[in-house]
Parts: sequence; structure tokens; C-alpha cells
Amino acid sequence: MTTATTDTAGRTSARPTYKVTLLGVLRSEWSKFWSLRSSWITLGLAQAMVIVIGTLACAAYSPGSGGENGPPIGDSALGLALTGVTLAALAVGVLGVLVAAGEYSTGMIRSTLAAVPKRLPVLWSKALVYGVVGTAAATIAVLGAFQLGGLTLMDTDIALGFGDDGVPRALFGAGVYLGLVGMWGVALGALVRSTAGGIAVLAGLLLIVPGLASLLPDSLADNITPYLPSNAGSAMYALEQSSDLLSPGAGLVALVGCVAVTLAGAAYRLARTDA
Amino acid sequence: MIEVQELTKRYGDKTAVDGLSFAVKPGQVTGFLGPNGAGKSTTMRMIIGLDRPTSGTATVGGKRYARHAAPLQEIGSLLEAKAVHPGRSAFAHLKALALTHGIPRRRVDEVIELAGLQKVAHKRVGGFSLGMGQRLGIAAALLGDPEIVMLDEPVNGLDPEGVLWVRNLLSSLADEGRTVMLSSHLMSETALIADHLVIIGRGRMRVDTTVEAFIEQAGGRGVKVSTAEPERLRPLLTGADVTVTSTTAEELVVSGLDSRQIGSIALQHGILVYELTPQTVSLEEAFMEITSDAVEYQSAPVETATQRKAA
Repeated sequence: MTTATTDTAGRTSARPTYKVTLLGVLRSEWSKFWSLRSSWITLGLAQAMVIVIGTLACAAYSPGSGGENGPPIGDSALGLALTGVTLAALAVGVLGVLVAAGEYSTGMIRSTLAAVPKRLPVLWSKALVYGVVGTAAATIAVLGAFQLGGLTLMDTDIALGFGDDGVPRALFGAGVYLGLVGMWGVALGALVRSTAGGIAVLAGLLLIVPGLASLLPDSLADNITPYLPSNAGSAMYALEQSSDLLSPGAGLVALVGCVAVTLAGAAYRLARTDA
Repeated sequence: MIEVQELTKRYGDKTAVDGLSFAVKPGQVTGFLGPNGAGKSTTMRMIIGLDRPTSGTATVGGKRYARHAAPLQEIGSLLEAKAVHPGRSAFAHLKALALTHGIPRRRVDEVIELAGLQKVAHKRVGGFSLGMGQRLGIAAALLGDPEIVMLDEPVNGLDPEGVLWVRNLLSSLADEGRTVMLSSHLMSETALIADHLVIIGRGRMRVDTTVEAFIEQAGGRGVKVSTAEPERLRPLLTGADVTVTSTTAEELVVSGLDSRQIGSIALQHGILVYELTPQTVSLEEAFMEITSDAVEYQSAPVETATQRKAA
């Protein structure tokens, strides 16, 4: 339709032709993410956790003290530097939940879906934007923690350099793990549609379920535990493969699978139910 | 053009919208009326695809809303004023919506100015008053420069200045030949700007008519005449469109003649008239009568003096 009038709504000559595109939706989600203060704060907080906790853990290291206070991944410079990743995963995941469920708790989702009535591009864009942002931010923080922590460990027996075997893979593995947890948070938030509910599920699955799994009979626990998101993640950034963890590649596949299944559930609910 | 056909929406065993069919014609202002809980908002949500109809269809410009390449350009809508993240600024909110369609930044600035939000454009929406939230919602509705504008209770909670602003905006949009659909539960407010009325109650169609016809029917243009000799006066009041009804022994309700004409006729024939009252207040009453059996939350009847009803 073309109409040629000048009027109150600011319409001049012929109307331009607009179109909803995937790129447009991506740019919209990008802009939405950065225009909220909570994004900056939570992301900054997650980075601070990785860097501060990692550096402190390294600084507190004294040769031979390993035993009782030892970090979960083992007494390497890398394991110490990544001590903060567990906690940061919670922060990154919570922000992911906020990114998606926040739209429902505030009513924003109705504006969003009125602009993109095909709906699914919104979910893909949110997950992608936040997954990429989360991975980038986390990778920077992890590299920072490794460098800073490395300074304090320079002359000790466990010192490691970036060039050492498996180190780059583990560092980027930690970054990707955190990015995927963020994406998983987005999926959970979109699936549950409630901030509190989404955070509860996320925290439960990341922190509580791994503990509960140990209550299961050993034969069962051994088959389930390695596939839990937090353990699959540990496998991605562990320097040495331990017997109760998957290989780094398998860990990545397990985590991606978990994110994909949750996203599929969220997509089903988004496409099928009223907003 | 919005077309709604046999639209039905059930939530469990509760039917919110029940076989509704109507059309919102281009270049007109259509008032969509009904008491609270009549199904107005649900109908509007189904028109833009937020809710899925249980059965029936709703189309905008001949297609389902979601099928349009640029839905915001087709129809701009305001459903709830605060469908906005409170942590975002008005500008950031509009920009995020504009980006999905590739609407340029210039247009965002235009609608901010149009809605009078320049001063608060970069403030967080959480601190907005109801009126400013409503203005932001209307700015968002106009973002895509749409042919059709659909607003749910646009003047709800606005101060008199805001009400006037909305009213002027809507009439100028209609003057430009755009299609406007607005819902309200206030008949008198709607009659001021609408051309057409769609009145629903309990999700069902009650009245689909023009404002003119509705006012006519409600006797809004009539004059109440109290006289000592109604039998003598009655045959004298003749004319092409003149109708006379009597309510009580001494009262006539005349439409088609104004008080001045009736007064002079009575004087010519020496008939004593002691009241000549133009009927003005009956719109709201007529509306309530239409929907009285359909009020979702009926209050206990209050006996008042307003029991007179033009038959």
C-alpha cells in the first residue's frame, strides 16, 4: 500500500517498506540486552568472580598445602585459576534466566511478540546473542584469571604457561562452558516464564542435583553424574581427564545437548501457547 | 480492515469470547465497547496473535497478523500500557522494537516527539506515570506508521489534558484516512470520537451499528414534553421524521423536532406546556441496558431516581 500525504504521524510522501528479518531481530535483542543495567552489573559480577576468586586461590597456594583445601579440579595453576568458574556459572545462568523470563514478568513479551509475531526468531536471537556475549565475557575473565593467578604462582612447582599442553583448550573450554550455561539460562527462563522459577531450576540443577545424585546407588549414579551440566562443564575445562568425568569433547556434546533439549522445550511452549 | 469471524476463545470451561463476528472498516473510528470482562482485550489479543483463538479467525488486511512481512506497519496496537521493561528507557524500548523491522532511528525520534516524550525519552520507564506510560504505548503503536491503529482503553487513567490529547490524535489519524479501533467501557467518551460501534457483553455480540443510529435508537435526540393536554398536542406534532411516544399520562417524548419548534406549536394552539427537556443523558443508560445482563461482576441493584426509560 502506498499513500502520499503529509500528516500528524509524521508520514511524508510514499511509505517506506519495512520488513521483519532475522538480522533485525538479532540487532533488536542485542540492543535490548545492553540497554538494561542488570546486564552490565551481572555480567561484570560474573567476570569479577572468575578473576578475583581465581587470583585469590592462586595467591593462597603454598607448595604442599594441597590436601584438605584443594580445589576440585586438582592442584594445577589452571585448576586454581578457574576456582571461580563454579560460582560465575550461577551468575551467568541467572542473567540468562533474566534475559528471557524478565520479558514475561514485566509484560515486555507482548510488545516483543507484537513486533515479531512469528515468535521463534525471538528465542533463537536471545539465545544466540546472550550465548555469544556470555562466552566472550567469560573467556576474557578466564584468561584474566589465568594471567593474574599465574603471576603469583610464577616460581612455584605448579606454574603453567599458556603454551602448555591442554591449557588453551581448558581455558576456552571454561569460557564456552559459561556461555552455554548462559544460553541454558535463557532457555530455562523462556520455558518456565518466571524469574524466580527459572533461577530455582537453574540453581537446583547446577548446585543441588549433583549432590543428590551421590545418594543414588553407585551403578546408577556413575551413569548419570558425569552428564549433569556442571560436571559436563568441569570436563570441558579440566586439565587432566579424571575417571569420573567425561572427555572434554563428550562434555561439550552433553552440555550442548542439554541446552538444545531445553531450548526445544522453550520453543514448543513459545510457539504453542498464549503469550 | 480488521475482520473477525466466528471468533471464540475458551479458557477451560470459561468462554471469554463467543462466536464474535464483525469488521472494522477502513477510514472509520470504530468504538469497541463492553463492560469489564466482556472479552474486549481477549479479542484484541487474538487479532494480533498474542492469544490463539479456540475457533474462528481474525485477520488484518486480509491476512493473519503473523503472516505480514512488517506487522507493525500494518497495524499498530496498544494493549496494555506497561508492556515495557521498567529498566529500559523509553528511547531504548522504541529502538528495540524499531530494529526488528529495520525502522530508522529518525522514526523513533519522530514518535517520541509526537507523543511529547522528548524530556523523559532517556529516563527509565519504571518511573513513568500512568499517563506517560500510555503515551509511550501510543508512540510504540505509531512506530511503524501503520494504516490501522488499535488501542485498548487508551484514555484509561489519563488526566483531562491527556484525554484531550488522545482524542485529538485519534481524530487526526482518522482524518488522514487511517482505520482506528479503540476499546472502552465508557459509552459517552466513545460516542464523541467513534463513527461505528461494536458492543459486546459476555463475549457475545450485542450491537453492531453506527453511532448515529445508536443515538437515534437510544432517544438521545428526543425532547421530553410535559403538558396538561398530551392528546391535543400529539396530533399536531407532525413531520417527515417526527415520532412521538408517550411514557406517562402527561409526558411525550418527541424526536425529529427540537424544543423550540415544539414550544411554538404548542403556543400557536394554546396548549400549556410546563416542561421541554432535550434528552441528553441516555447514551450511557442505553449502553447499560444492552449489556446489563452481561455484566461480569454485577453489583447489587441500587434504587435510584434514574428509572425513567425512554421506551
